[in-house]
This record gives sequence, structure tokens and C-alpha cells, in this order.
Amino acid sequence: MDMKRHYYEDIQIFQKPVHVFWFVVLLVGLVILPLVTRNYTMSLVNFIAINVIVTLGLNLLVGYTGQISLGHGGFVAIGAYATVLLMQHLGLNFFPALVLAGFVAAGFGFLLGLPALRLEGPYLAIATLGFGMAVTQIIGRSTFFGGRMGLKVPKINIAGLTLSSDKELYVVIISITVLMAFAMRNLTRSRVGRALIAIRESDIAAETLGVNLAWYKTLSFAVSAFYAGVAGGLLAIIFGYINPSIFDFVMSILFLAMVVVGGAGAILGSILGGIVVTFLDLKLNAVTSMPLIGDLLREISTRWMSVSGLPNFRSVLFGILLILFVVFEPHGLYGIWLRIKKYWKTWPF
Amino acid sequence: MFSQLIINGISSGSLYALVALAMVIIYKASEVPNFAQGEMATLSVFVAWHFVNAQFLPFYQAVAAALLFAFAVGVLFEFTVLRRAEKPSILELIVMTLGLQMFIYGIIGWKWGAEQKTFSLPIAEDSVVQLGPVVIGWLNIITIATSLLCVLVLYLFFTRTKLGTAMRAVQMNSTAARINGIRVHRIMSLTWGLSAVIGTIAGILFAPVSPLDPQLMWDPLLKGFAAGVLGGMTSPFGAVLGGYILGIIENLFGAYISLEFKSVVAFALIVLVLWFKPSGLFSRHYERKV
Repeated sequence: MDMKRHYYEDIQIFQKPVHVFWFVVLLVGLVILPLVTRNYTMSLVNFIAINVIVTLGLNLLVGYTGQISLGHGGFVAIGAYATVLLMQHLGLNFFPALVLAGFVAAGFGFLLGLPALRLEGPYLAIATLGFGMAVTQIIGRSTFFGGRMGLKVPKINIAGLTLSSDKELYVVIISITVLMAFAMRNLTRSRVGRALIAIRESDIAAETLGVNLAWYKTLSFAVSAFYAGVAGGLLAIIFGYINPSIFDFVMSILFLAMVVVGGAGAILGSILGGIVVTFLDLKLNAVTSMPLIGDLLREISTRWMSVSGLPNFRSVLFGILLILFVVFEPHGLYGIWLRIKKYWKTWPF
Repeated sequence: MFSQLIINGISSGSLYALVALAMVIIYKASEVPNFAQGEMATLSVFVAWHFVNAQFLPFYQAVAAALLFAFAVGVLFEFTVLRRAEKPSILELIVMTLGLQMFIYGIIGWKWGAEQKTFSLPIAEDSVVQLGPVVIGWLNIITIATSLLCVLVLYLFFTRTKLGTAMRAVQMNSTAARINGIRVHRIMSLTWGLSAVIGTIAGILFAPVSPLDPQLMWDPLLKGFAAGVLGGMTSPFGAVLGGYILGIIENLFGAYISLEFKSVVAFALIVLVLWFKPSGLFSRHYERKV
């Protein structure tokens, strides 16, 4: 077993040379991925990467700080609309607009974090739920935001090049994702991250240790919203047009599902959860065309349920998934991964 | 005009009060806002619809069957899921109810499809009673009367019966209740069942004024939440009162200020209330200790 002699060995980004090796392998893999796959696969990867960004942010709030948000769809919506409107009305380029939109979302996150200082658990859940609903309601009723019809997203220009194909977008999206995952890893191992974890374990105890509750709680809301906002901007581009019905309650629940399935309080968990849940979600949209399972489901549908309602199988499965993970594996996929690792490390014993 | 609005407000407030009551009963026992409350009720209303339209049962038998079904769903969820989790945190409890919500939502959609159905009480839709300047629909009268009756019955149940007292004991302190020989888990299951029944009564009263689809109870659920928070999630009395207050304020706002933003009023109201009284209007605020 490896022995740690110093605290800084415990919080380094790369604890062993082998980590550097795998990180390089990952980067190389991400670089050659677009060279070997079709355009359709790329669009899938893009969507997954964007959801990973949201999950990273939400996990900071839920997994590290121990607060809850059922309104992250609202932040994603704010980010998406802010990006598009900044590009249309102020004529900004894509990157400044995206960063600004992130900060706009962070501002709203800060505002939502203020009442969160006084609310806990269930009350906070309801407040954030109301926030998410209110955002889409207001967007849907205002002509400035395009109302129910939505807005068309302008084409993206970077250094004279117009990005249109999924492979070109991939370069932008995946580099932002890697950057933000890296930033999150850095944040959580810093003084700020430790303060947030202390709040999760016991906010009163953390306060007596000198952690400024007001500052760190709102900060965690703001950072989380920033991630969601940036993801929203990216989402706007790959969708090509946005309307309020995209950012509904189910979207917020899916983000929460990603955190829970992946593992709360772990960066790797966010990434795993984002990938697995998004992939499942996309696959389930076409569940009837799957071999075996598709036939089985169609059989069940005609016998007991209804065929026209089969797309709802997606909700059924996600509901079961959420419950099973919380009951049997509260640490999510990351917990499973940790146990596998431990098993092999101590193997003959 | 004004008294008319008040009556309409009380009518919709009765529904919110029932939903809030169902929510509070569970919150006091399990410390979780039950996000699946609305879906549990919707499923039961669909079951009633199924009995009426596919099995051709009389209305009252179908409703009785649906209430029984709701009770079973509540008990079953506590028995199969909540009891299996080891010392779940509040966050995990919330996620479990959300999981149940998605599960039931999917089941409803899968079984009955997305097309809207209608489910109405066996009374003439537009029969009204004239009381001076105020016109009250029979549906409103039934809604108000049923909810008042429910509140009364629950009050008697909680104060006069052995089971009700046991439920209150578990809500107050489950460890002490266990020491005194109360089977906490069993009482917990029954509490979930009871709450589901109350939610279903609200659902059956709401179904005639809304198309019957999987999202039937979303709006009443949110308003019921708001009412519960308004009155204080730990006070059943406050929750009922919060429901009526919310119904009235909402209707006045819709008539005099803006019909368009009527549905946002509830949330503006709870944000205001929570800002000044973080535990709601009618419940005492306890400082938590480490």
C-alpha cells in the first residue's frame, strides 16, 4: 500500500506518475476521437460533454456543499438565452458572450443563494424548484425572449471560421469541458473546497471553525450556476434554436440523477454520471429499435400497457434507477469504482 | 364581485389545503417533502377513471377502490423503499421521492398514453346555487364541504383514536415512541398510506376542472407545497390555513392585478414568508443544535 507522509501528497492533482500517464492517454484519446468516428457519434459526444459540465457544477452544490437544487434547468436556460441575446443584441463574439452568460447565471445563482442561507433541506428544495419554474414561465411569457416560439441561435464564428459541423463544435466543447473539469478538481482540493465539505458535514461545526457560512454557501451557488450557464450557452449552439420547454422540470431532475448515479462529492463521479445517464437517456429515446429489449417492451406494452405510451418507459427506468442507487449504492458509480479498486489493491486478502 | 372572488378562492384553497395536509403528515413523520404526492394522487385518479370507463363500475365504488389503491401505494413505498435505505440523509430522501415521482409518471403515461381524458363527478356540470349576489357552483360546494369534512375527520382521528395518537407520537420522537412499544415502521407505513388517500381525495376533486393527463396534479402539488411552507411544514393546522390563504390571495391577485402571472404568486408569497419567518407562519422556529 502506498503511504502518504504529508498532507500535500493527499491533495495533489496527480498523486502518482501513473495518473499522469492515464491523463495523457485520455487527452490523446479525446484528440483522435473525431478522426475515427462518424458525425452522428460526435453530436452524441458533444451532448454528453455539455451535461458533464452541468453535473460538475451541480455536484459542487449537492455533493460538496450538501445543498440541494431542483432548479438547475433554470440556470441552464439563463445561460443559453444570455449567450444568444448577447450575441444578437451586443454583437459580441461567441467566447466573450459565453463567459458573460456564465457570469449572468452566476449572478442569479448568487441571488438564489441568499435565501438559501436561511433555508435548509426541504424548504431549499422547494425554493429552487420554484426558481426553475419561474425562469421558464417568465421566458415563455416575454416577447423579448421570443416567448414560446423561442430564439434562433446565430452561427458561430471563431477567427473567421464558421463552425457548423459536429466535429468542429466538438473541438470547442470538449476543450471547455476538460478545462472546467480541471478547474473544478482544483477548486475542490483548495481551501474553498475544504470549507464547502466542512459545511456539508455540519454547518454549525464549520462556522465555529471560522468558515464564513454566508460567503461560502452563496459562492457555491454562484459557481454551480456559472457551470450551468456555460453549459447552457453550449447547448444553445448544438441545438441551433432554443425555447423554454427544453428547460423543464424533468431536465433539472435528470441533472440531479446524474449526480446521484455518478456519485455525490466526487469529480470522477460527475463525469461518470453525466456520461452514463445522458447515454441512457439518448438510447432510451429509441428503445423500441433495440434488439431483444425492444421486442420485450413492445410485447409488454400490447399486453398490459399501451403502445403509444411506450416512450414513457424512459421515466420509469430513471425513477427505478434513482431509487435503487440511493437505497443500495449511495455513493453511486464512483463508490462501485472505489470498491473495485480496493479489491484489487488488497487482492489475495 | 369581491365576495364571489373570495368564494372561488376558498374553493381552490380547499384543494391546496388537502394537498398541504397530506404533505405535512408525511413531513412530520419522515422529514421529507413528498415530491411524489401529486403523482400518487394522479395514478389513483387514473385508476378510478379506469374502473368507471373500462370496468363499468358505479362512480362511488370506483372512488372507493381508488382510495384503497392509493393507501396501498403509500404503504408499499414505505415498506419496499424507505425502510430499506440505511439512515438516509434528507437529500437522499428527497431523491427517493423524486425517483418515485418519475416512476409513477412514466407508468401513467405508459399505461394510459398521452391523450387527455375527462373524469367528472356525477353531478350536472353547470348547476349552481344563488346566494344573494354570489353564485356558487355545486362542484365548489362539494369541494369545500369535502375538504372541511376531511380536516374534521383527521382532527378527530389524530386526537381521539389510538392509531392517531401513535402517529403523532412517531412524528414527535420516533425513538421515544419505539421505547414505549409502538411499532414505528408499521405506523410510518400507515402514515404514508393515509397521506396518499388525502392526496387522492384532492385529486378526485380537482380532476373535473382539469383535463385528466399525467400532469394533472403538478399545479395543485406546487400550490400545496407553497401552502404548506406558508403555514409551516410542521403544523397541520397551519398548512390548512395556508391553503385557504393562498387560494384567496391567488384569486384576488388574478382578478385585480395580473391574470398572467397568477401562477407565480404562490412562489413570490413563500419567498416573502420564508424571508421573515423561515419556518412558516404558524409553526415555532427551533434553532438546530449540532
